[in-house]
Amino acid sequence: MANAVDLPRVGAVARFASAFAVPPDRAGGALTLVEMIPPGQINLRCDGHDPRAARAVGGVLQGLLPVNANTVQSAADVTVLWLGPDEWLILTAPGQEGAVMAQLREALTGLHAAVTDVTGNRALLRLSGPSARETLQKGCTLDLHPRGFRPGQCAQTVLARAGIILHQRDDAPTYDILPRRSFAEYVWLWLSDAMAEYNGRAISG
Amino acid sequence: MSNSHRTASGGRIDRTRSVTFTFNGKSYQGCAGDTLASALLANGVHLVARSFKYHRPRGILSAGSEEPSALIQLERGGHTEPNLRATQIELYEGLSAASQNAWPNVNFDVGAVNGLLSKIFVAGFYYKTFMHPQSLWMKLYEPLIRHAAGLGKAPKEPDPDRYDKMHVHCDVLVVGAGPAGLTAALAAARTGARVILADEQNELGGSLLTSGETVDGLPAASWIAKIEAELAACPEIRVLRRTTAAGYYDHNHLTLTERRTDHLPRGAAPHLSRQRLWNVRAKRVVLATGGHERPLVFADNDRPGIMLAGAVRTYVNRYGVTPGKRAVLLTNNDSAYAAALDMQAAGIAIAAIVDVRTAVNGPLAAKARAAGITVLENRAVVATEGGKRLTSVDVMPLAADGGGVVGMARTSIACDLLAMSGGWNPAVHLYSQSTGKLRYDEAAACFVPHKATQALHCAGTCNGRFALPDCLAEGVAAGTEAAREAGFTADAPLPVPRAEADAEEPLRPLWVVPSTQLVGRGSGKHFVDFQNDVTAADVLLASREGYQSVEHLKRYTTMGMGTDQGKTSNVNALAILAQSLSAPIPQVGTTTFRPPYTPVVFGALAGRDVGELADPARVTPMHRWHVENGAVFEDVGQWKRPWYFPRAGESMHDAVNRECRAVRNGVGVLDASTLGKIDIQGPDAAILLNRMYTNAWSKLDVGRCRYGVMCKEEGMVIDDGVTTRLGPNHFLMTTTTSNAAKVLDWLEEYLQTEWPDLRVHLTSVTEHWSTASIAGPKARDVVAALAPDLDLSADAFPFMAMKEAVVAGVPARIFRISFTGELSYEINVPAYHGLRLWTEIMKAGAPHGVTPYGTETMHVLRAEKGYIIVGQETDGTVTPQDLGMDWIVSKQKADFVGKRSFTRQDTSRADRKQLVGLLTQDPTMVLPEGAQITAQAGGTVPIPMLGYVTSSYWSETMGRSIALALIAGGSRMIGQTVHAPLADKNVACAVVKPVFYDPEGVRLHG
Repeated sequence: MANAVDLPRVGAVARFASAFAVPPDRAGGALTLVEMIPPGQINLRCDGHDPRAARAVGGVLQGLLPVNANTVQSAADVTVLWLGPDEWLILTAPGQEGAVMAQLREALTGLHAAVTDVTGNRALLRLSGPSARETLQKGCTLDLHPRGFRPGQCAQTVLARAGIILHQRDDAPTYDILPRRSFAEYVWLWLSDAMAEYNGRAISG
Repeated sequence: MSNSHRTASGGRIDRTRSVTFTFNGKSYQGCAGDTLASALLANGVHLVARSFKYHRPRGILSAGSEEPSALIQLERGGHTEPNLRATQIELYEGLSAASQNAWPNVNFDVGAVNGLLSKIFVAGFYYKTFMHPQSLWMKLYEPLIRHAAGLGKAPKEPDPDRYDKMHVHCDVLVVGAGPAGLTAALAAARTGARVILADEQNELGGSLLTSGETVDGLPAASWIAKIEAELAACPEIRVLRRTTAAGYYDHNHLTLTERRTDHLPRGAAPHLSRQRLWNVRAKRVVLATGGHERPLVFADNDRPGIMLAGAVRTYVNRYGVTPGKRAVLLTNNDSAYAAALDMQAAGIAIAAIVDVRTAVNGPLAAKARAAGITVLENRAVVATEGGKRLTSVDVMPLAADGGGVVGMARTSIACDLLAMSGGWNPAVHLYSQSTGKLRYDEAAACFVPHKATQALHCAGTCNGRFALPDCLAEGVAAGTEAAREAGFTADAPLPVPRAEADAEEPLRPLWVVPSTQLVGRGSGKHFVDFQNDVTAADVLLASREGYQSVEHLKRYTTMGMGTDQGKTSNVNALAILAQSLSAPIPQVGTTTFRPPYTPVVFGALAGRDVGELADPARVTPMHRWHVENGAVFEDVGQWKRPWYFPRAGESMHDAVNRECRAVRNGVGVLDASTLGKIDIQGPDAAILLNRMYTNAWSKLDVGRCRYGVMCKEEGMVIDDGVTTRLGPNHFLMTTTTSNAAKVLDWLEEYLQTEWPDLRVHLTSVTEHWSTASIAGPKARDVVAALAPDLDLSADAFPFMAMKEAVVAGVPARIFRISFTGELSYEINVPAYHGLRLWTEIMKAGAPHGVTPYGTETMHVLRAEKGYIIVGQETDGTVTPQDLGMDWIVSKQKADFVGKRSFTRQDTSRADRKQLVGLLTQDPTMVLPEGAQITAQAGGTVPIPMLGYVTSSYWSETMGRSIALALIAGGSRMIGQTVHAPLADKNVACAVVKPVFYDPEGVRLHG
């Protein structure tokens, strides 16, 4: 088999993204929107309360398997988002998903689990800057105030008219926004529009 | 700058910053800080509008959002906005406004003739007059009424402005920033709670901006500034000025409309939305919405120059405007005395205070008398004079019971301003919207909050506590308590600010001021609802005609049904009704307040859901290629799918025919990425499929595909698609494009609620895979060029099989399945390589003439084969048997969803509508889809309808038209002739089997 991971991965908003200089936004920092190179994405279904499953997964994922609702655990090359009591989304460095999936399947042999490659399922857009929260609040009904949504939390929610997974990475604040790939252009256009008030810029990944 | 009616000093306007504006085409000067109303009054302009029904000259009644009369058309072109209250429009440089409901102009209005005909424009006029004949209603009556009555004009151009929305949560939302609201917000914010303070005005302070009272030893303005600074220092406060709380919904969800740039010249801040709709979820709400002064109902109480006393006080104190030179006040309570004192101080001559109460001896009256003001007790204004401006009022003594006047002698007092006060109503609109219950307060003669049903507190005037010290105390208490309930307490409680208020004497309700004639007699009109021109006589007439419920009264007279929702009229009207019915006011009750508090522009409700953001356009990874290669797109749900790929000069018909020929004779390629895909894993996966599909799945070999039909419990088809066994416990299901999410939900619902014992995991992989379907006799050649290592022989890779291979350098799944009836390979690669796959197919296929084709060609080709489309051949009332697909319904399986329904009497009827093919006698005639089918050509109407055409195309392959139809008992009618009666002709058709091309499937298996 030819090695496919050597081929460049095409982003979901490649049609629109072009490079811009990044001016400071009206709140003083830079508000930026970037599409990241699609990371490896693995959907994991298993019983997180089964110690055998937790042990098996933890062994592969450097001990990461968040059990608290809507939380995220991260290490250098892997991020694990809690999606449900028996469902997680694992993000890996681009191209690493195959190896991680193989290890997970091996470790989960004999247990009722599903390891599915969903690398193409979602785009990863990263919104960062002092006005990022306010930008999202224009289209997201969740309470994104620091008292309601903190770094390390994630949610499956709706931004304007598209379903997304939302993950706050840091206090900048930086948010990872994962729409289904076919909705990515819409979400990109919507965010670019919402950012304009703050001098925000959408730039290529 | 100089205005004829501007004071030399005082007020919150900036006399050094002159603002030029035009009203009815004439240029005027105002000051920064003016409203349109205050600037007009400063220029001596009172006549600003014509009334709704009688076209009476109208002026400015109030100084706030309750204004019923001074409704204005603001700006022109796309920016124009009707029905705005001049009292709320902040003046900006270049503002242009015009009167409404006047033709040719507000000074000379032809419609004023209606006033002469007023005897026929009584309550229920429309119902009584425009009854017969009914046929004239649409043609004559309604257009006439619409022209004569009505308010401003809606813009014809698209709205050039931007609107957006914001969604926020807070611990305490305080509505209103008067003395109660300010203290409530500060008390709550000091606890660290997240507080939002919203006020509809441009600056905080509420009634203090009018009264100028002293708080904590500071003048009002200084105290307000101090509180603002203290608020700003709190960690979690958000102050929204120019923001109206418009709606109060369930679970403390409120909508606020913020006017962000309306106070600026149009287009001055293009990066900002003009208005913003805030969706607020508050743990607690404090309503400090203040109150509205009531007009008094006396004869001809609507002339320009007749205003609410509190409003006059606002214009004097806040805007430095004297709305008249010589004023009379008419009151039933003490608040007008404070207004009179401030008016006098500003230079307005006070001719008299006419008080309907028998004796007035409180401290405020004493101050007025000490200031040399004449107080006329136990008297009332019984008539007014003046056409476009008040010139005098007539005063008479009242009988002891207030029901009449004494004698016939009138005293005429010359004046250009009449300031009236009929008492105050708490602004309980939001409270009422929240479904809180009201109570009638006899002493204050108004409705006050009684039993809240949501997590809220009312404070100050909104709560029926009118005096400043009470407002301040209630604000502190409500804010502190609301924060505490939300989980926050302050280290040190906020002390209640000190203020003093004169003791007030009781008011005397006098709902209709009597005169020498009965109400409704003579030419005088006692207006109750100024916006809808409803008079006391109308209310009394409705009462005589049997309308006893205030809700009926409202609809019959249109009282309170204007854009102001009767803010100044409701209580007066229901009190007059109660009086006429000899019933206590609480028994008559009050009408229901509904959102919005003041009108909200449609743009704010739409927000950014306009243009390309109105709805997501879902696109496939190959979309860019389609766009660059001239595809015409079809909307399939939210997806943009290539419909056809026209070449230069080609019509749609040409393009589709060419695409069809290419697939049947050469090779074509379709972007099939939108099909739903569900990854199914687990030891019980085959059991789930057995239960959800009508056919059997247990024995499907790994690497093989099978077509399935899914039904609901009632046996009707809801979806179909091909499912492939990837491993012993692993399947990949495909669904129709539009049902992808619904089918996943449907499977999950059954797994979670009916069969939680099944060990199956479902994962949507719809968007992970992008799919190119290569179809046609030369398909094998193209795939061979892309995947040289793969054995594509029919033996090694038969129909309904799946292989994994590297295609164009990308690991892929290849499914040999077909929706065209041709040899066909569906190649799936991860979405991020989808565009590459497509371009490589076009390259590798070029020597074979590979032709991209769209959904229209796909539809034609599948119809030639009689393949159904769920949602086209089915509509939720069609069983697999109706579709002639009995073969797919297992007779062996113990159960599956829908099985029981197939033995129902109705689903086994022989005359159910069944799928057939139709061939028109004229082969060039393409039937319209949806055409009805009858047994006879013509006949007596109604002709019994047998069914209808579901699909109809020109078949390039067959060289003639083809159609699919659902026809009652159709499967037994093969060979018979039926008819499609169209508008212009009758089309005879032969009923045939619904497979037109290659019925043996030779090409498919090739």
